[in-house]
Amino acid sequence: MSAGFNSSGRLPAAFTTPGMSSFTEFLSQAAPELLPGRRTLPAGTHDIAPHATTIVSLTFSGGVVMAGDRRATMGNLIASRDIEKVHPADPYSLVGIAGTAGVGLELMRLFQVELQHYEKIEGAMLSLDGKANRLATMIRNNLGAAMQGLAVIPLFAGFDLDASDPAKAGRIFSFDVAGGLYEEHGYDAIGSGSLFAKSALKKTYRPGLDAQAAANLAVAALYDAADDDTATGGPDVIRKIFPVVMTATAEGTNRLSDAETGAMAEAVLAERRNEPTV
Amino acid sequence: MAMQFYASPEQIMRDRSEYARKGIARGRSVVVLTYAGGVLFVAENISTTLHKVSEIYDRIGFAAVGRYNEFENLRSAGVRMADLRGYSYDRRDVTGRALASAYAQTLGSIFSEQGKPYEVEICVAEVGATAAKDELYRLTYDGSVQDEPGFMAMGGQAEAIGNVLRAEHSESHSFEDALKLAVKALASVGGEGGNSRNIAAEQLEVAVLDRARKGRTFRRVLGPALATLLPAKAAAAPAEPAKPAGASEEAANGAAANGDPGTTPPKTNGKGNGPAK
Repeated sequence: MSAGFNSSGRLPAAFTTPGMSSFTEFLSQAAPELLPGRRTLPAGTHDIAPHATTIVSLTFSGGVVMAGDRRATMGNLIASRDIEKVHPADPYSLVGIAGTAGVGLELMRLFQVELQHYEKIEGAMLSLDGKANRLATMIRNNLGAAMQGLAVIPLFAGFDLDASDPAKAGRIFSFDVAGGLYEEHGYDAIGSGSLFAKSALKKTYRPGLDAQAAANLAVAALYDAADDDTATGGPDVIRKIFPVVMTATAEGTNRLSDAETGAMAEAVLAERRNEPTV
Repeated sequence: MAMQFYASPEQIMRDRSEYARKGIARGRSVVVLTYAGGVLFVAENISTTLHKVSEIYDRIGFAAVGRYNEFENLRSAGVRMADLRGYSYDRRDVTGRALASAYAQTLGSIFSEQGKPYEVEICVAEVGATAAKDELYRLTYDGSVQDEPGFMAMGGQAEAIGNVLRAEHSESHSFEDALKLAVKALASVGGEGGNSRNIAAEQLEVAVLDRARKGRTFRRVLGPALATLLPAKAAAAPAEPAKPAGASEEAANGAAANGDPGTTPPKTNGKGNGPAK
């Protein structure tokens, strides 16, 4: 491909077609081999690639927080101890991935370019619902690969710039493998440890938290998930590897520093040390 | 049966050039110049939504004069090319030089193959790690490309505007000084009887590629943030030329003292380009 020039050196027609503001649509014309959903896969490819696990997200007054553990597994092995599964999708939204790590990271990169591409071409950002719908379409296009064992499920959360009440502008969207899009209220989790993380949040979450309290709950929920799910990594105090915690507010996205997440993880550990549950 | 007239290739090319040049000269001008903190774009543009200056990629900006539909077409092609490159390789592998050469090829083949040339002139600017590594490329309707030395003017009376820039431009200018110079250059032509004139903040489109920022460096300077930076020339426009100039300089210095360009990045509207990731 790669810049897609033809023999005269002139940019081909796909580049100059007016009225197309989607990067994926453009790729499907200019370089379809770069799209994740277009590959033909042999049958029976189970457990060949690392899997990413638990992501939690919860809303607070004025935004939303998302946190992910740092483990990727391949069968019974730990494939990575420090993978990062929560990323900013654009200046006001976050995306976390669970499932096949390689496909998930590729999808997320494509989604980031997609949002930025739209913003540059149109001169305005997509609405938060528009972004979520776009991501749902991308997941739907991956259905073929998902059926072959390369499933990926994202969690999407962001600050809605069009919200009438800024306190309730933090919103969370979850997806299913067929591209279904569901808005979640309050909190949600995805991945192998999501059952345990959601159970923890069910007891601890309440509306109107502040950002710090919400981040603390997220880290504690990940701890609970790691407690009961082998594929979810707990805080690694030896190597100083702690969950990735990000927030999206009116000021934009922010990743908490390692020092901050380390302190939060230590606080959870200290609390459990005093009152160990069975 | 219609009579076939012979026209020499030289004549055809000359006619096309003249046609394109006339179209470009009708438009209002754009100035691009480097300063200590990055690259500054200043365009005379009354529209707030139809931009002459825009973002292509992390460190690359685009400015154009001429027919809007034609340069808008080239702009989106540039965004597509940059995003495709950045997606298939890495964000650092998207360069202004590659984009300029793709534009040159495209404009060149349109000029020689199509009946009507594009009536546009384009600047592709890339901000480098240091002022010495900033790149400005001028692309004209026939596909020729030039590497410009730190400043350039395009559009009607570009020559006269360029002369003002040449006399005073310096890479070490602060943002305020560079903006003042750009506005002075744009205002140096088009007044009554060949004199200079006033340009209000609402008539300007200002954007920067901010060297200090990580990721996307392109920022628009809009509304009140722009108005406070411009010399507050009162309504008394066509009065004695010496006095308002002195007064305006004082006003500008006051504004410069308030906002140090090194520490406070130019304010933006926040909606289009939010905080950097």
